[in-house]
Parts: sequence; C-alpha cells; structure tokens
Amino acid sequence: MTAPAGPHDKLPHFVSTAPFDPYSIERMTADQERYFLASQWRMMWWKLKRHHLAVVSGTILLVMYTSILFSEMIAPYNLHSRFTDYIYAPPQRVHLFHDGKLEAPFVYGFHYSLDMDNLQRVYTPLDGHTVPLGLTAPPPAQLQHLRFFCFGDRYEYMGLIPGSFHFVCPAKDGVLFLAGTDRLGRDMLSRIINGARISLTVGLIGVTISFVLGIVIGGFAGYYGGWTDIVVQRMIEVLTSLPKLPLWLALSAALPVNWSPILIYFGITIILGLLDWTGLARAVRSKLLSLREEDFCTAAQLMGASPSRIIARHLLPSFMSHLIASATLHIPAMILGETALSFLGLGLRPPITSWGVLLNEAQNINVVVLYPWLMLPVVPVVIIVLAFNFFGDGLRDAADPYK
Amino acid sequence: MLSYLVHRILIMIPTLLTISALIFIIIQLPPGDYLETYIAELESQGANIDPEKIQFLREQYGLDKPMIVQYAYWVGGLLQGDMGYSFEYSLPVSQIIGDKLLFTFLVAFASVLFTYIVAFPIGVYSATHQYSWADYGLTLIGFLGLATPHFLLALVLLYVFNRYFGISIGGLMEPEFIDQSWTFDKILSVMQHLIVPTIVIGTAGTAGMIRRLRANLLDELQKQYVVTARAKGLAPLKLLIKYPLRMSLNPFISDIGHLLPELVSGSVIVSVVMSLPTTGPMLLRSLQSQDMYLAGSFLMFLAMLTVIGMFVSDLALAVLDPRIRLHGGATK
Repeated sequence: MTAPAGPHDKLPHFVSTAPFDPYSIERMTADQERYFLASQWRMMWWKLKRHHLAVVSGTILLVMYTSILFSEMIAPYNLHSRFTDYIYAPPQRVHLFHDGKLEAPFVYGFHYSLDMDNLQRVYTPLDGHTVPLGLTAPPPAQLQHLRFFCFGDRYEYMGLIPGSFHFVCPAKDGVLFLAGTDRLGRDMLSRIINGARISLTVGLIGVTISFVLGIVIGGFAGYYGGWTDIVVQRMIEVLTSLPKLPLWLALSAALPVNWSPILIYFGITIILGLLDWTGLARAVRSKLLSLREEDFCTAAQLMGASPSRIIARHLLPSFMSHLIASATLHIPAMILGETALSFLGLGLRPPITSWGVLLNEAQNINVVVLYPWLMLPVVPVVIIVLAFNFFGDGLRDAADPYK
Repeated sequence: MLSYLVHRILIMIPTLLTISALIFIIIQLPPGDYLETYIAELESQGANIDPEKIQFLREQYGLDKPMIVQYAYWVGGLLQGDMGYSFEYSLPVSQIIGDKLLFTFLVAFASVLFTYIVAFPIGVYSATHQYSWADYGLTLIGFLGLATPHFLLALVLLYVFNRYFGISIGGLMEPEFIDQSWTFDKILSVMQHLIVPTIVIGTAGTAGMIRRLRANLLDELQKQYVVTARAKGLAPLKLLIKYPLRMSLNPFISDIGHLLPELVSGSVIVSVVMSLPTTGPMLLRSLQSQDMYLAGSFLMFLAMLTVIGMFVSDLALAVLDPRIRLHGGATK
C-alpha cells in the first residue's frame, strides 16, 4: 500500500497523446459550421431567400429576362405583320368550353361589320349566340383551335436568322389576337412581347453606365477628399438641382436626326445613365470617407499599393453587394424614363419597338374610351417596375451586414 | 451659426454659375438655332425668305456672336433680373413665364400637400405594423403609384372623372370660365380640375416618401430610448409622437429642396397630356424649337429655386434637429 500523495509531492507531467481539438468542449453543429464559414455572397443568398416578396419578384424578373431570348417564338406573330382586315380588333379570349362541352383551347372567330351611326368598326365573336350588328340571327359558331409548337408567321430571329417556329399559332386561316390589334392591324401581344427586348435592356445598359460612373467619380472623391471631393460634391449638387426630364428632353433633342434607330437607342440609354450616377457616387463617397481610415487601408498604402488598386481591391469589395442592390433600384426609374421619353416622341422611334413606343399610340382620351387594349403595354411596365423595386429592396436588406 | 450661413450662401454662387453654364451648353447642343428652325418652318409653308432679312434677324438676336458672348449676355441679363426675349412668342420671357407660373405653383403646391398627406399616415402605420398585411398592402399601393407611367394614369383618371363626376377633360377650369373674372364658381372649377393632376403628380413621390419614412421610423423604434419610454409605461401613441416620429421627420424637411425639380419633371408630361396652362408644355415646346432664352431662363429659374430650397431645408434641419451640429464635424 502506497502512502497518499502529500501536498508537496510532484504529480507526473501529463501529456495527452490524443490529437488536439480546440472545439472538444463546444462542438459546432454542421449547420453552425456552414454558417460561420459561409462567404458574404452565400450569406446574402440565404437572407434573400427568407424575403418571400423578393424571391417572387426575382423569379418574375428572371422569367421576363429569359423571355427576351425567345421573344419571336413566344409571340404568335411577327411584330410587323399587318392584318388589314382586323384593324382595332379587340382582344380575343381563349376558351375551353363550347356549349358546355370541353374542347381543346380555342378562340371564336370574328364577325366584322361597320357601325355607320358611330362610324366604328364592330367585331363580334362568332360563338353561336351573340347576334352581330346588321344581322337578325346569330351566325353559326366558328371555333378556331390553337396550334402549339407549330410553324406560322415568318420572322428573323434577332434580325439575323430566318425562322417560323412559334410556341402558339392561330388556327389555319384563323387569327389570334389575345391583346387586340392596333391602328395598322398588328397584333398587340406580339408587339408587347418583342418590345420587352428593348425596354428591359435600356435599364440594364443605363444602370451599367451610371454604376461605373458612380463608382469611379465617387471613389476618387471619397478616397482623395479635399479639392476633388469639393468639386465632385458641387457637381452632384448641380445635377440634382436640375429637373431630370427637361434635361433628358434637351439631350435627346440633341441626338442627330439622321442616326439609325439602333444608334438612337444607345444614345438614349447613355443619356439615361449619364444623369443618374449622382446617388451612387454619393453613397460610394461617404462609405469610402470612413473606410479609408481603417487599418487595412493604411496597411495597403504602406505596402505601396496604388490608389486605384486600394479602392478597387480593398475598399470597394467591402460594400459592393450593397452598391449592386442600390443600383437595382435605379433600373425601374430608367425603364420609366424611356417610356416617358418615347411617349413624348423624343425617345426611341419606330421601327424600334419598346413599350414606350407602343404607349405612344395611347396618347389621347379616345383610346381610353374606344380601344382600351392599346394601353396594355403598361401592364408589363408596372410589373417590371414593381418587381425591380421589391427585388432591390430585398437585395439591399440582404446585403446589409448589420442586420 | 452665422459663419455657417455665410459659408453656405457663398457656396451657392459657384453652384449657380456652373448650373447656368451647363444649361446653356445643353440648350445649345442640338444642331442649328431658333432661326434655322423658324426658317425651315416658313419655307415649308412656301414663303420666300430674303437672306438679308435673315442676316438682320441673326444680328438683332445676337445669334451671330460666338457662344461665349451669348452666354455672357444671358447671364449678365439674368443678374439684372432680365430673363431675355422669347423668339417664338416675341415677348419678354418674364411675361410668358409669369402667366403660367401661378398655375405651376398651384399644381406643385397641391401635389406636395397630397404627397405629405398620403405618405405620412401610411409610412407611420406600416412602420409600426411592420410585416403585417396592411403594411404590405399599403406599400404596394404606394409603389403602384410609382410604377404606373404618369401620362397613362392621367388619361385614365381624366376619363373616370369626366364620366362619373362630369369634370371637363383637359385645362384647369371649365371652358366657360376662361377669360372670366375670378368668382367663387371659377375657383371651385379650378379646384375640381386640380384633383387629377394633383393625384397623378403626387403619387410618384409618395412611394419614395413612404419608404424613407418607414425605414427611418423602423430604425428609431429599435433604439433604447424607445424601450426605456415603453418600460416606464408611456402610452404607445404618445410615445410614438413624442420621440421616434420626431426623429424620423427629417426626410420631410430635407426633401423640400429636391421635391421641386421632381415635381416639375412630373408635371411636364402630365401637363402635356392634360393641356394644363402650366410651364411644362411651354418648356417642352421651347426645348424642341430651340427658343433658347425661354428654355434657359426657365430652367435657370427652377434650378435657383431648388438651390434656395435646399439651403432653406438645410437651415430648417439644423434648427429643428438638435443632433445636427454645424461645428466640429468628425468627417475628415
């Protein structure tokens, strides 16, 4: 029997042979680990997913932007095709039932007559019940079954590759005007779908321009401070104290008349972008003013990094996500700006087709009363502007590291 | 305070000078000048134009001088309160603007009032009831106003008001009151016709205002002083009005300056659609026909109002918000 160890006896030095594990007391779950190791963008994505409205809006945007890749195929007609027998025809409805019997999707054909009292074209759907103007008995119903994945009206895909494939076509010898026709008998739906290509990209290009301008100008103002800052701030003040629309008007009036429509399009986007960078520049400036005092910035300076490298590699990434989110919120303003300019006849011109150009036809009160479907291009405008706003809001919340 | 005031006023001078130069350049940007537009118009009507007469006109209007001299004339005139001469109307600019200015301000004032009246309760409600259905619904309505193009809303509302309330389409009063002296009926008619432009122009700014008020109020509501006040048992409504609301009112004040250019932008299109006798259509027309003194002086006038508006709102902020210190700022 050994004597119990007294207070002065040394214990043998204990060294565990097991591998060292700093987390042995508190072990992180797989979820926690994933969370702490996640990159900034991944965290943003998780936060964004919780924002339902933003997710829905994002999906809508994705669908709409994907659609511009296939505009010609989604549209039932070529956007320039005229149907002179169907001028100002109202929208047709797609039906599934005729006289209580289930049918493949179809539309009723039109009976056309002229109302000589009101000097109006009258189109009556031939559903076997409605009596058209000037007749006494309803003519027999005319069912025009839609065709799917079919060959129909010819087009040139992106203006280059000829084709005639559509996802939906009217019946043989039938017509399909789901959003009515305009004063030349062109299908509004096809024009709206094709107009998306221009309207949606105007905002993107414009925002890219204002984004680059904002970062460069705001970056230098914030980083250098002093005189550069004062000059830039005055510049911003000057630009914000001028009403935007008259400036847009004056600038687009300055675009040469003999430019081709596509050049005008780029001119307009550049104009929209040129006057919009002030908000972003201001955000970049105020952020940089505080960030340039941080230690990591001083460290970079001491190691001899050039100012543009410090701004681009060290300072901007720390709030890039936030910048992109705010830039998203500028796109709808540009889309609306294009619409307004085109409406006033100073923006894009036919044959380029954008939603603003289409709305140009809905200029007077007669349209509201007689041909309300000419105002339909406003629906995608509203949807896209709302979607961008909600998506941008969600993105901004998600990009905010302090929440 | 006094040194801040002086500094602030002094800084307005280079700003205004830059604005005037910018406006002048932009207006000169389109090729040609007013006379060319004018001549083209006359020729299209089949009139014969004497080249000597053109030369005479050119000299009389000073269009033969170099750009910089024209600019100097214009700015010099502006400094003396002379806004120049409109080619198109053959009238001094101040006279043309003067007529329309009253209505412009009337519409602008009504729109600002509308924006505040609508945005304020909605912003407060949706902040205090964050993520409720009412919050989503009200915000959506605000955004709809932002998302709908002005001119279309104007057209539809015009029709609706004509159809259901019998208000005549376009103009700012019933046709029979034009050129009549001001009577009660005429004022009433003007008020009725103001409704549509007010709603249309006002809705555009409402969404932004709601969003800012809501965000500001949400930030304030999480602060500790609010928790303290709540913990000591202050009634919710009194608490809201007394502390966080006061703090979040800044956008209402700081926006006064910026509202003006926005409102004018908005009113240009609406006024064109609704044929209102405001400055909007006049500006559009003068920009198109290169009536440069009219367009330039009017834009300059607006910019001046904006700069002064921003100055006033800065001052008001400094006075009203005790947190704003004019000296010893920490910004390096």
